[in-house]
Amino acid sequence: MGDKTGVIIYINGPVIKADNMQDFRMREMVTVSDKKLIGEVISIDGSIGTIQVYEETSGLKVGQKVYGTGKPLSLKLGPGIIGNIFDGIERPLNYIYKKSGNFIGEGIGLASIDLSHIWKTDISVNIGDELKEGDVFGAVQETPLIKHYLMVPPGISGKVIFKVDNGNYNMEEVLVKLEKGNASFELKMYQEWPIRTPRPIKQRLPIQKPLITGQRVIDTFFPIAKGGTAAIPGGFGTGKTMTQHQIAKWSDADIIVYVGCGERGNEMTEVLEDFPKLIDPVSGLSLMNRTILIANTSNMPVAAREASIYTGVTIAEYFRDMGYNVAVMADSTSRWAEALREISGRLEEMPAEEGYPAYLPSRLAEFYERAGYVKTLCDKEASVTIIGAVSPAGGDFSEPVTQNTKRFVNVFLGLDRKLAYARHYPAINWLSSYSGYLTSLEEWYKDNVAEDMMELRGEMLSILQEESDLLEVVKLVGEDVLPDDQRLTLEIAKVIKIGYLQQNAFHKEDTYVPLNKQYEMLKIIDLLYKESKEAIKEGIPISKVKSPEIYEKVVKMKYTIPNEYKNEFDDLSNEIKSYFEGLMHTYDMNAYER
Amino acid sequence: MLMKGDNMIKEYTQLDKIEGPLIILSGVENVSYDEIVEIRTKSGVKHGKVVQLYKDKAIVQVFEPTSGLSVKDVSVKFTGNPLTISLSKDILGRVFNGIGEPIDGGGNVFGGVKRDVNGRPMNPVAREYPRNFIQTGISAIDCLTTLIRGQKLPVFSGNGLPHNELAAQIVKQAKISDEENGEFAIVFAAMGLKHDDAQFFLKSFEESGVLQRVVMFLNLADDPVVERIITPRCALTAAEYLAFEENMHILVIMTDMTSYCEALREISSAKEEVPGRKGYPGYLYSDLASLYERAGMMKTSKGSITQIPILTMPNDDITNPIPDLTGYITEGQIVLSRDIYQRNVYPPINILPSLSRLAKDGIGEGYTREDHPGLANQIFAAYSKVQEVKALSQVIGEDELSDIDKKYLQFGKAFEYEFLNQSFDENRSMEETLDLGWKVLSILPESELDRIDSKLIEKYYRRG
Ligand SMILES: Nc1ncnc2c1ncn2[C@@H]1O[C@H](COP(=O)(O)OP(=O)(O)OP(=O)(O)O)[C@@H](O)[C@H]1O
Ligand SMILES: [Mg+2]
Repeated sequence: MGDKTGVIIYINGPVIKADNMQDFRMREMVTVSDKKLIGEVISIDGSIGTIQVYEETSGLKVGQKVYGTGKPLSLKLGPGIIGNIFDGIERPLNYIYKKSGNFIGEGIGLASIDLSHIWKTDISVNIGDELKEGDVFGAVQETPLIKHYLMVPPGISGKVIFKVDNGNYNMEEVLVKLEKGNASFELKMYQEWPIRTPRPIKQRLPIQKPLITGQRVIDTFFPIAKGGTAAIPGGFGTGKTMTQHQIAKWSDADIIVYVGCGERGNEMTEVLEDFPKLIDPVSGLSLMNRTILIANTSNMPVAAREASIYTGVTIAEYFRDMGYNVAVMADSTSRWAEALREISGRLEEMPAEEGYPAYLPSRLAEFYERAGYVKTLCDKEASVTIIGAVSPAGGDFSEPVTQNTKRFVNVFLGLDRKLAYARHYPAINWLSSYSGYLTSLEEWYKDNVAEDMMELRGEMLSILQEESDLLEVVKLVGEDVLPDDQRLTLEIAKVIKIGYLQQNAFHKEDTYVPLNKQYEMLKIIDLLYKESKEAIKEGIPISKVKSPEIYEKVVKMKYTIPNEYKNEFDDLSNEIKSYFEGLMHTYDMNAYER
Repeated sequence: MLMKGDNMIKEYTQLDKIEGPLIILSGVENVSYDEIVEIRTKSGVKHGKVVQLYKDKAIVQVFEPTSGLSVKDVSVKFTGNPLTISLSKDILGRVFNGIGEPIDGGGNVFGGVKRDVNGRPMNPVAREYPRNFIQTGISAIDCLTTLIRGQKLPVFSGNGLPHNELAAQIVKQAKISDEENGEFAIVFAAMGLKHDDAQFFLKSFEESGVLQRVVMFLNLADDPVVERIITPRCALTAAEYLAFEENMHILVIMTDMTSYCEALREISSAKEEVPGRKGYPGYLYSDLASLYERAGMMKTSKGSITQIPILTMPNDDITNPIPDLTGYITEGQIVLSRDIYQRNVYPPINILPSLSRLAKDGIGEGYTREDHPGLANQIFAAYSKVQEVKALSQVIGEDELSDIDKKYLQFGKAFEYEFLNQSFDENRSMEETLDLGWKVLSILPESELDRIDSKLIEKYYRRG
């Protein structure tokens, strides 16, 4: 099988064609020329095969050979993935660095996690145990944060006829042997899995828990669910990457897979430099202990960009299968779609909308469908959440990638250029964004945060909606002519926008805010609103009601009240109450005197 | 049709076809993808590269015009190598054409190393994240879109706007040299630049006394269009050599990226590729990235490459694919505005769409001054409010505005005329710039400053 060879007849960028390919299989991984460039068969027509090459094709010649590997493009899945950074086809960038230095050369060959690494391994099964696919037979403490469970690969089962003792083993060591009928299987510390095939699960479960991000506009207004899908579209510089980084840093997922898909090299370096120094608020350990990076930067080969998001999601599924909640960030899915378009163009396929291939929507759907809250093969509850950035051309959301993504995701966090220009960050537009998980998560918020959390959310959102209508009027006549109750709406909306929705990622307190503080903040704003409204009803003019001091205190509570608050919110609410009591009192007195 | 040449390199004396910038040959052997081709005619030598191979056919993209070329009377030689240029420290002060051949009469660069102009992607694990700011002496940049050493920060301009002056002023005033490590140089890449503009740059380099530290790659407006594809690659290869092998701090000015993109579009349409937005090829993003990503710093070297690409936005439209895709790749942008220029303000930077993404790690306490991030944030917020008030005042008239709105208008004016506006020769220190920021911001009442820490307001706000 492995000794079939094709002969190159055509070269056009990352797409090559070879003759004598009739024995190759569709989607088979191949190596090209003596440089052993990695490629994948993407179509076969008679004896002519088309191959997309994951490395630079400069220097290739007609007549050079294409070698089969007999298997589809797959990943080695085992300990050594976490904390690591890989290229689009799971080759460690550190390994590439050792081989080719500062700049990435081609012909690195196939490389993956380090199989010679010795891991302290615990085996949890005994001779005679019956194991089925997905069952755990051992574990390795991969990082201080993550225990890496060793699982029976999908499709394999049998009785344990051999096992090693607990101890230190490298990854090629046979740890357990299974026997079924007269077939036997050797289990090692790693398994292989093709990137384009979703890993099997027992059952999909309904969404029930939020992915808590510590970002107020997300958690309170447009929550993302564990096992859910979200898209973050926005023009350049509106904050997609910042939002993704914030979620990668602070969300309560067990494991983060960050796919830098066609974006900047410096952004990957930034994660590599910053994450090891950041401390996970829950465990007190470095965030790198739960983070996996896949990098195909914008100047790396385009075909590997197409593969990178599948590599990311396959790794995520593998850790999900152990029982973890994994979140995948893909920044940016538009670059992936463009890679698809470029390759399709070179194949001279019939383009559909804006040059994208007709299969763009189905590919997007397949990708986002790999998210889910599930029961794993070994009966654990676990999830893969997918959060994709979208970079629409010209910042215009009507383009095909944004539109098609919208069809397949449940949370839409639309970034707004206007907000970004005014440095309102995160620039998530509260009127056009939505979360489809509100009903599924309502119960959870009630049980775990507060009975009226979602009610408060609704109230705030309606104030913002009302503000937006009023602003249309203000644009024409100015604010001064509005009646006081409407001016109050504008003032409170301002408090919500500046004091709540805006969240400074660079402020040590504000960068991450736990749900209970979010709730307390909402309650304060609500109190301020109700008291102010009451006062206005009594005929007190807005100029008196809007005490600069009180309003400023509320707007700045995000900075002044720490995440580990004690009585600060009670104090603030007492202060508000007593201010308004005083106000009402003076007003009553004045009225009386009059 | 072939015959044996020297060194066993075959020469082909017949073309199948000439189509725009492309020539097609058949019967070729042992040709590699992307290699450089020499085409000899009676009138001289042209160069090209292999862009597609099919069996014994090769499609070659010619860098110079193909006009005058005939299918006979040529001799085509495949060099077997990608395009390389020779580099040594002697390139400082030299002038090359758009494909890296010396045009200053100084002869070839000898004894240097040869480097492939296409470069290779920098490994993200080899990069060092840029964190040191470069003081340009221009308030709008230093305070609001701070330039960081190793950053790629383009200027989005329009025809007739003073982007060249701005770039020249940055070159003149930028403190890119480290105290301990005073080695800096400028690499200048011109693509389709007008002769006047080239002259302007030359003169300004001369006046700033940096001419001996400039390497120029010139493809001027009347030079071959296709050659433009190569120009920035030669320049960036030189920059990489100087930065990462000679440990120098390099500032790369590339202008005009719009001409570059148009050249790319021309070739793409000659190749009959499926056009994307506005006729630009679908791979424009990747192609631009292969240039812009060649900025940065590396762990193993003391040097750096800071890029200031300049582009003119067709119709002043920021959503045009050229600025749009550039913005998606670069680490921010400095946007010039015709409106502001017409109000006689130089540099006419519209700060709202302008952004420096790397500023966040290079400003504030320990870098510039503690109040810098908050001050900048507040200026952005206030100036964006100014635009709203302006729009309102056009509807209801300035007199009808509320007192606070009037303050905003006043702030807007002061900001543009006192803070933004500075002369071509004015070099402000960071301290001066930040103080000036507080001066104009203090036109607004204290209660409007909702983006700055109260303690800092206490310390810097100017009462009365
Ligand atoms: N939550 C935030 N807090 C503070 N600053 C922010 C925040 N979000 C975005 N920014 C600012 O906006 C800049 C741009 O954000 P970011 O790099 O995430 O944009 P992007 O949408 O990913 O752009 P591109 O599509 O070009 O990659 C950041 O460098 C930062 O200055
Ligand atoms: Mg980004």
